[in-house]
Amino acid sequence: MINDKYYRRRYVISGIAIAVVLVYIIRLFYLQIIDQSTRDQADNNALVKQTIYPSRGLIYDRNGELLVFNQPIYEVTLTMRDMGKEWDTLAFCQCMQISREEFDARIEDIKDRKKNRGYSRWTPQVFMSQLKKEDVATLQESIFLFPGVQIQKRTLRDYTYNAAAHVLGSVGEVSQNDIDRDDYYTRGDYSGRDGLERTYEKQLRGEKGMKVLMRDVRGRIQGSYQDGARDVTAKAGTDLYITLDIQLQLLAEELLAGKIGSAVAIEPKTGEILALASNPSWNPKVLVGKERSKNYNLLLKDPTKPLMNRATQATYPPGSTFKTVQSLVCLEQGAITPNTLYPCSGPGSTPIKCTHHHGSPVALDRAIEQSCNPYFWCAFRDLLQKDGYGKNNEDFRHRYELWRDAVMSFGLGQRFADSDISEQSSGSIPSTKLFDKFYGKTGWKAITIRSLSIGQGEILVTPMQLANQAATIANEGYYISPHLNKNDSMLTHRHELAIEKKHFEVVKEGMRRVMIYGTGRHFAVDSLHMAGKTGTVQNPHGRDHAIFIGFAPVEDPQIAVAVVVENAGFGATWACPIASMMMEQYLTGEVKRTDLRKRIGSTVLNESVKKW
Amino acid sequence: MRASRSGNIWKNVDWITIGVFAALAIFGWLNIYGASYTFDQTSIFDFSNRAGKQFTWMMGSLILGFVLLMIDYKTYDTLTYIAYGGMLMLLLATPFLARDIKGSMSWISLGPVSLQPAEFAKCIVALAVAKYMGRYDYKIRSWRDLIVPFALIGVPALIIMILQKETGSALVFAAFLLVFYRQGMSGYVLWMGVAAVALFILSIRFGSVPLPWGTGSVGILSCMLLLTLVEIYFICKEHRVRWQALIMVGSVVLIYGLSLIVNIWVSVPFDWISMGVVCALVLYNIFVSLYWRKYILLVLAVFTIFCVGYTHACDFVFTHVLQPHQRIRIEVLLGMKEDPAGAGYNVNQARIAIGSGRFLGKGYLNGTQTKLQFVPEQDTDFIFCTVGEEWGFVGSVAVLLLYLYFILRLIFIAERQRNITTRIYAYSVASIFLFHLMINVGMVLGVLPVIGIPLPFFSYGGSSLWGFTMLLFILLRLDAARMEQLN
Repeated sequence: MINDKYYRRRYVISGIAIAVVLVYIIRLFYLQIIDQSTRDQADNNALVKQTIYPSRGLIYDRNGELLVFNQPIYEVTLTMRDMGKEWDTLAFCQCMQISREEFDARIEDIKDRKKNRGYSRWTPQVFMSQLKKEDVATLQESIFLFPGVQIQKRTLRDYTYNAAAHVLGSVGEVSQNDIDRDDYYTRGDYSGRDGLERTYEKQLRGEKGMKVLMRDVRGRIQGSYQDGARDVTAKAGTDLYITLDIQLQLLAEELLAGKIGSAVAIEPKTGEILALASNPSWNPKVLVGKERSKNYNLLLKDPTKPLMNRATQATYPPGSTFKTVQSLVCLEQGAITPNTLYPCSGPGSTPIKCTHHHGSPVALDRAIEQSCNPYFWCAFRDLLQKDGYGKNNEDFRHRYELWRDAVMSFGLGQRFADSDISEQSSGSIPSTKLFDKFYGKTGWKAITIRSLSIGQGEILVTPMQLANQAATIANEGYYISPHLNKNDSMLTHRHELAIEKKHFEVVKEGMRRVMIYGTGRHFAVDSLHMAGKTGTVQNPHGRDHAIFIGFAPVEDPQIAVAVVVENAGFGATWACPIASMMMEQYLTGEVKRTDLRKRIGSTVLNESVKKW
Repeated sequence: MRASRSGNIWKNVDWITIGVFAALAIFGWLNIYGASYTFDQTSIFDFSNRAGKQFTWMMGSLILGFVLLMIDYKTYDTLTYIAYGGMLMLLLATPFLARDIKGSMSWISLGPVSLQPAEFAKCIVALAVAKYMGRYDYKIRSWRDLIVPFALIGVPALIIMILQKETGSALVFAAFLLVFYRQGMSGYVLWMGVAAVALFILSIRFGSVPLPWGTGSVGILSCMLLLTLVEIYFICKEHRVRWQALIMVGSVVLIYGLSLIVNIWVSVPFDWISMGVVCALVLYNIFVSLYWRKYILLVLAVFTIFCVGYTHACDFVFTHVLQPHQRIRIEVLLGMKEDPAGAGYNVNQARIAIGSGRFLGKGYLNGTQTKLQFVPEQDTDFIFCTVGEEWGFVGSVAVLLLYLYFILRLIFIAERQRNITTRIYAYSVASIFLFHLMINVGMVLGVLPVIGIPLPFFSYGGSSLWGFTMLLFILLRLDAARMEQLN
């Protein structure tokens, strides 16, 4: 060791080395421990989150028949970078059954960053989508000839039956609105657009999964990150069991063919909807896949408005079917008793003429049987004038309010708020306010609103409300809101009416008589003990609407039905046979009246109605 | 006699250094595998990938080390100047033999492999400097004694910088300043280097930043204040009578105080006032130095004048002398430009890679940034990113501490020599490793501008590994012979 006078400088030099390392350790401490931003930046750099779409829940009918399922569809993708010089474009076009020009145009679209913002030469780009298995079969066999081509599988909805399109609804691409409202969705996702698909979207869609993949600096996928430790598996959607009886639904749609109208069947004890048919309708398969938007526009433009679910969205005056409700309210509110008699002069009656010829005077049961207009006018008048008119019409208006509340307690003129059917109209039972506006508070009397007594005029209800009305009468005083989900959760949604049970007996008897002696007698099946009421609704725009409500068997009702056929004339002629055959189908499992079935089903009342 | 001596070499050689060297090289090799690791990778030994090639280089380096240890220590001394001359010829010839690789003309192709002569030049220059400065009659008495050593390092550095366009490799020769310092060069030279860098940064970064009050720029004012402080420090040091110094400090404070007050009504050019103060101090220095014949003050005065000129010339140097890519690298480093896609890309990606490693790292071969090639040059100059990302703070600090230990060990070896030549050579080796570590890691961590020099033993590359092996094992051979040399 040589001790020179600069010996101590070794410490300076060592100190410099130590200082450099110390500064770098501090810098590392800042970068790796304190600065939190780099982790996200690294993830954004290197990780791609690929969504795994869960399979959508299936839909079954009340008997476990599969109605809606998923069909695989295929997507052909191209990764431009992997398409070498020897790539045989013509052979590829042949496989895909497209022309060279179409191919070139599509490639141009893919490369256009204005149309395709996520374009990269290194990642698969969708070339053609929503292809059927047959479409890709040829390509699948020779895919090894085309480097960079991939066939990817996705799913679309498919349907076992060409039926219940309105009820089931459809699945389509989400709108910007949906994306803003629910961050579950991203652009290009699918969700239920209408019907059950929309109502039970959250149940059916399941939970999306996520696969975390690594990509390199050029965007090439390099495999799974941390062997999938951060992956989330997709949760398949939950299957939905609905209350429809698909055979009954099919029958209803078959019988409505060629007509504009709807039919609703409800199991009275549970409020379960057995059939909900609206015509014109479409094959649910047409609103699937790449044809969806084109077909949707065609449906939208059809003047017969097939997209409207007439069973729940169309409103009609209930006509004579309303006489059942009228009877019950008048009995309950003490305007009449079952023995009250009113005279009828047939077609010569005033202010409302009778459309039938029967003996006079009549009691309630026969009035219902014969659908006697004068009887119900008198009963309605006596109800409203029970306390006189009073000062400023107050007593009369009060009576009217009581009557209106009682009518609405049948579920008429309002939406079923607790139902799972989102497409509903409310209809309306006119309020005192409405008449006050028209006539002034003192300007309207019982005679002014006489047409309400026979279900005409300002009163509007939906076919589903009518079916629910039939179910309420069948239940003798309560209903459960009509619904489609076959779990028992709705049983607690029981609506009790403030009408004594005994009053129902006479009305039921009247309705039973309709099917034995009255307007429905031609279409009754004796063994099924049907009860019903026909209605013919005057329509200022054309022929009368035919309406029928009924239930069977009268002793222990299993099914309540409402049928409306627009512009068909007498309710007894068109609506009644449809309802009758539906009850027969549901109660016996078949329709024995094949001739009648064929005749009704093949009759075209409206030329412009078509099934899409 | 000869037999026993060659038997002694295995006893006398410093195994600790060899152990640290081996640890660094193997860890580096693992990280090269990690950095170039892709998913279809088969084996770390596969010659078709970089880790496999590096393994071959490492085997070569072992053989090279063995051979260097077996050579008689006197041979190195004998061959030094011949080797130095040969090296200069090779460096001169290289640009004509080399292919242009990314603007650099420093690679000579020999069949499947390329060699970079500049990597071997460091070792030979170190030997030459050691031999020259290690003579018995050599002592640094004045700046004249440093002319030859500076020429010994300056000539190859200039060839490499100008002809081969390898600024990074040339800058490494600055490491010899530490060696000269150890041998007695004035410490002021080092300080001048630090001051030059500080003034450069101040005038480039803040030269055009206007003062929030008054006229003038932050950069110029800071430079002038700095120089004022340096002047006052030395004047105080030279004067036995403190009151003179006090008067000087007092008047400077008074001048600035008055300027501030005047500034309320009339805006004052502060950097010009500072310039005036500096000039006054310089004149005072000259007067004192001539009057009392204290020439050190004259040197100080000249230095100060030089600094003022330098400060004002920096901008010119920056915009006209530096290459555009060098300018951008400095601008990015100083935060004057955000350019994450261009010049700042490497640095930004390196920061992300290292930062995302957090405390314990992502685990070996699990680094996403390096594995997926987001960091360019990740297996060569930016290899430290892989360490940072996969081994985290713990691994990075461990590597740094291992290097620190390595360098301190080399200094320890240097100081135990009885032969001055060997000690100088040892300091050269230590300084070169320190310089590489400082520049390379500093660049990766974003505290120094991007200068492409390798991290010893870590970065992929045969030339650099063999160059460092030569540097180290010649030292180990000389160190092993330290007992014999006095005999």
